Amino acid sequence: MSERVLTEQISQELLLTYYKKVLELRLFELKVQELYRNARLPGFVHLYVGEEAVAVGVCSHLEKADLVFSTHRGHGHALAKGVPAGIVLAELWGKKTGSSGGRGGSMHLYAPEYGFMGTNGIVGAPIPLATGAALSAKLKKKSGVVVCFFGDGAVNSGSFHEAVNLGAVWNLPVVYVCENNLYATEMAFRRATKNTSVASRAAAYGMLGVEVDGQDVVAVHEVAQAAIQRAREDAGPTLIECKTYRYVGHHEGDPGTDYRTREEVQHWKQRDPVKLARKRLLDSGVDEKDLQAADQEVERLIDEAVEFAEQSPEPSADTVNEHVF
Amino acid sequence: MSDQGRVITYGDAGVEALREEMRRDDSIVYIGQGIGSRGGNFRQTRGLWQEFGDDRLRDTGICELGATGAAIGAAMAGTRTVVDEVFLDFALEAITQIVQQAANISYMSNGKIKAPVVIRGAMGSVRSAGAHHSHTFYNWFANTPGLKVVLPATPYDLKGLFKTALREPGPVAVIEHKSLYNTKGVVPEEEYLIPFGDARIVREGKDLTIVAMSRMVDLAAKAAVVLAEQGVSAEVIDPRSIVPLDRQKITDSIKRTGRLVVIDESPSYCSFAGELLAIAAEDCFNELKVAPKRVCSLGVPNPFSPVLENQMIPTVDRIVNEVHDLMKQ
Repeated sequence: MSERVLTEQISQELLLTYYKKVLELRLFELKVQELYRNARLPGFVHLYVGEEAVAVGVCSHLEKADLVFSTHRGHGHALAKGVPAGIVLAELWGKKTGSSGGRGGSMHLYAPEYGFMGTNGIVGAPIPLATGAALSAKLKKKSGVVVCFFGDGAVNSGSFHEAVNLGAVWNLPVVYVCENNLYATEMAFRRATKNTSVASRAAAYGMLGVEVDGQDVVAVHEVAQAAIQRAREDAGPTLIECKTYRYVGHHEGDPGTDYRTREEVQHWKQRDPVKLARKRLLDSGVDEKDLQAADQEVERLIDEAVEFAEQSPEPSADTVNEHVF
Repeated sequence: MSDQGRVITYGDAGVEALREEMRRDDSIVYIGQGIGSRGGNFRQTRGLWQEFGDDRLRDTGICELGATGAAIGAAMAGTRTVVDEVFLDFALEAITQIVQQAANISYMSNGKIKAPVVIRGAMGSVRSAGAHHSHTFYNWFANTPGLKVVLPATPYDLKGLFKTALREPGPVAVIEHKSLYNTKGVVPEEEYLIPFGDARIVREGKDLTIVAMSRMVDLAAKAAVVLAEQGVSAEVIDPRSIVPLDRQKITDSIKRTGRLVVIDESPSYCSFAGELLAIAAEDCFNELKVAPKRVCSLGVPNPFSPVLENQMIPTVDRIVNEVHDLMKQ
């Protein structure tokens, strides 16, 4: 893919904000990987390494009251929507201070106070939920927008078809963002479906479909801005297909090399979202020294999150029956 | 139960509950197939679309998974919803959304997100509907933490329980019975609510306790009349909601009579009737005079033939005979 020629220049300041956020998502996941490999975190985790530009490019256009529905690979979406890294990490740790007080975990992160309506353990399930939330937003008439993230693995499920169809026929303020990272666990998208263009499926529902380079935060920014604006103006939903890649396995513990070649992974790493955003900043005249300061700022933020989560208490065992109904 | 009021059908009692609550709470949105201008396959939304329009009576195509998920998502975002599966059987198309999302959301979010959604469906055998349109799997729902389950047996109970369901903070499965829609009963003019977890003593008795749900309540009451003529005094109890369950009222009765028979339209194996027998064993072991008994549907898919279907489902005669067997012990 060639670098996208932008119809509109974004400011250096915004670019720096994007760079720091993309880096935050990256460093957060690498820290989670380290903690998980050292058997510090319970459960299992699916990391977002390589896909960060999508969450950042999309969520940067959302207000706090706008809602995001996410997937099993959703730590990045939570951070991009503004959920503090500390309470996300504390939840991955099963701590009392986590976003769900330790009742949820990686695939059940909920922070409605930041408009983050959850990661999800069921592939495809967020799409009907987000569609319903968009119905709620439309009926409230407050210009609220809902974004639904899902992977290529979700688009062959019935949930996708039924929900996207409702979103289109009800003309709902929702943006469906498919992160096509080419593999559903180990299943290559080209082996799972005959039509490998997710964006083209939008036409089947009478909806706008757009494809974008998911490695370039600026390209995602531009496409998402238009889609979110359309939703806000009650002009209907959009299906955005972000071409992206996860460098890591499906979950921590999957080496991710049985079903794809090392060359393919290396190829995608050449278009790394962190490096691309950094290069854009350098090309625009930002000093390397300023970038190093930004890097250190993000590293500190992650260190603080780890400290917070690590020192947080466990939930009290006698609270196990709370919040069932 | 009040004996003051009008006689209306079970179906109309549900419509009244919805009309009153939709007037009271203008956030309520009703989603399902044929529930708009058509007024519902069972006439269960008759007249509502004329009053509330397309925005609040949202007809969908055939897409239970998408529609149920959307109803749950809207509820999570602050819009109270009802999703009508029409036949409870069709909820199976959407079971992942009901069990994994709606029932779990409060707990998974540490109580921060609630899904005030009513999942409505009509269950049970009626005139050879066949295996795809007759299921009664409320016991599956009852085994799902986070989901409340009500089984109204009369017009009065349907209206009062439905209205309560529409004020609950979380998901409630309101499960009607198809063969009850045209049955009639007294419903007061004035507003009332029936709290969940409040069993109804349908008939008082001293020799045994019969617990029955949904359409089986009527069969149990008829059997009790026959038994009374034959010298057996049966107390009949309808739990009305099975989650939460009025364990106290049921076990008090069992302790008093020392005998329990449960009438359940589901097959007996792993049924709600089995749960009631377990409760009797846990709470009433010393008072039980004989082993409790279940009168359930046979463990077969619903047959089409009226002869076979009648053989499968509990009948008044079968209940009477089973009670006599128990009383002889």
